[in-house]
Amino acid sequence: MTLGDFTLDVSLEVPAGGIIAVMGPNGSGKTTLLRCLAGLEPVEAGRISLAGRVADDPAEGIWVPPEQRRIGYAYQDVRLFGHLSAVENVAFGPRCRGAGRAAARRRAATALDAVEMTALARAKPARLSGGQSQRVGLARALAVKPEVLLLDEPFSATDTDVRPLLREQVRAAGASVVLVTHDPADAEDLADEVLVLEAGRIAS
Amino acid sequence: MSAAAPKMRGHTSSATPAPPGAASAPPRRREVRGRAVGGLWLPAGIGLALLVVPVIGLLQRAPWSDLPSLLGSARLRDALVISAVTSAVAAGASVLLGLPLALVLSRCEPALRRLVRVAVLLPMVLPPVVGGTALLFALGRRGLVGQWLDTTFGWSLPFSTAGVVVAATFVAMPFFVITAEAGLRSADAGLVEAARTLGARRSVAFRRVMLPQVAPSLAAGAALAWARALGEFGATITFAGNLRGRTQTLPLATFEALEAGRPAEAIALSVVLLAVSVVVLVSLRDRWLTR
Repeated sequence: MTLGDFTLDVSLEVPAGGIIAVMGPNGSGKTTLLRCLAGLEPVEAGRISLAGRVADDPAEGIWVPPEQRRIGYAYQDVRLFGHLSAVENVAFGPRCRGAGRAAARRRAATALDAVEMTALARAKPARLSGGQSQRVGLARALAVKPEVLLLDEPFSATDTDVRPLLREQVRAAGASVVLVTHDPADAEDLADEVLVLEAGRIAS
Repeated sequence: MSAAAPKMRGHTSSATPAPPGAASAPPRRREVRGRAVGGLWLPAGIGLALLVVPVIGLLQRAPWSDLPSLLGSARLRDALVISAVTSAVAAGASVLLGLPLALVLSRCEPALRRLVRVAVLLPMVLPPVVGGTALLFALGRRGLVGQWLDTTFGWSLPFSTAGVVVAATFVAMPFFVITAEAGLRSADAGLVEAARTLGARRSVAFRRVMLPQVAPSLAAGAALAWARALGEFGATITFAGNLRGRTQTLPLATFEALEAGRPAEAIALSVVLLAVSVVVLVSLRDRWLTR
């Protein structure tokens, strides 16, 4: 993966249901890695397989667009839809993936409950604090029942006493997780394996 | 990767509610403002008077009690209907044709964007009479495209109601395109990405995430385009002529009334157009008046 003069050269394998933490300085390619996995950037060479299916392989001419990858993505900058309430944000994914209005709403309510955000389900994102937004963002990523979960600094603004609950939710999702974090505690507590990126390469 | 991580929220921060930017006391601006204006009052006042006095003059001469009967006359009713229909259709066409154009402008590479934008902006700065003349020679019966329209469909645009719509769209659409493009370009593309990773196809992401974001810009652009279409004079009279009941819009009827020595009619029509302008301005107040 090359962006300008930046090259990301990474090989990693997450076992089904496993959790890999990716750490490294700013600009080392952590977010780019997630974007490639999500299908927001194509790779120039190499192959991305998600849950046993090839999602991106330029040599074979294979490209699966992001909406067809079974992923959940919690963004570093959260990216809640401002015109929708918290529960509507979380219901968006299930709706797009074919659930009926009522079913999507129920699933969203359950997902919000799991991160203890039921009280603010009807609030618009502008009314939520940074930590509350992150919890809704995580619930939104989990509500699509992803096979691969991509988390970019998912707890950075979250109060430390809420973090164990969120970590538990990530574990309980049963997805293969790639967790980008600056926080060694997150990595230690959640990850089976820690990968350190430096200037687009795995440092070891 | 240069995105800054959101600020850490410590335990203590929740106890002390401190809205961002409230840390320092607001500076005392009052004296500063008074000093800044100073001697500018006189030229500023003259400038303002130039803009305001004509409107006052119009309102002061308006035949308020005769207004309903004046506007009810067949001639003015015709003009009202023609204007209402053609300006609405022109605004609609500006949105339908202008939105794809604004999307292309907001997404294409800078070199091409500059070129396309020149083409879009030209009708805004071009004298409307020139626009009308150009339309006449392009879409007239012997024009570049007009010839083809005439032989293939038997359509003739000049001096027809459809011609009024074409002239109005020509001058009005740039207002929509420019406003919509600005909205599209300032919209958050990250939200569209978020929608796509949640399972939304490109078109669904656009409809359910992009459009709600840019809806205020689109509405403002449509209102501007409509107001411009309603006021169109030069291109219309050049391209479509001044035929009562067919191409005579409110501005054309106003001009004709003055020429024919019926000032009361001209004032009545002007009051109608002024009222519409005020309504448009008020509907756009969030954009312009409160900033």
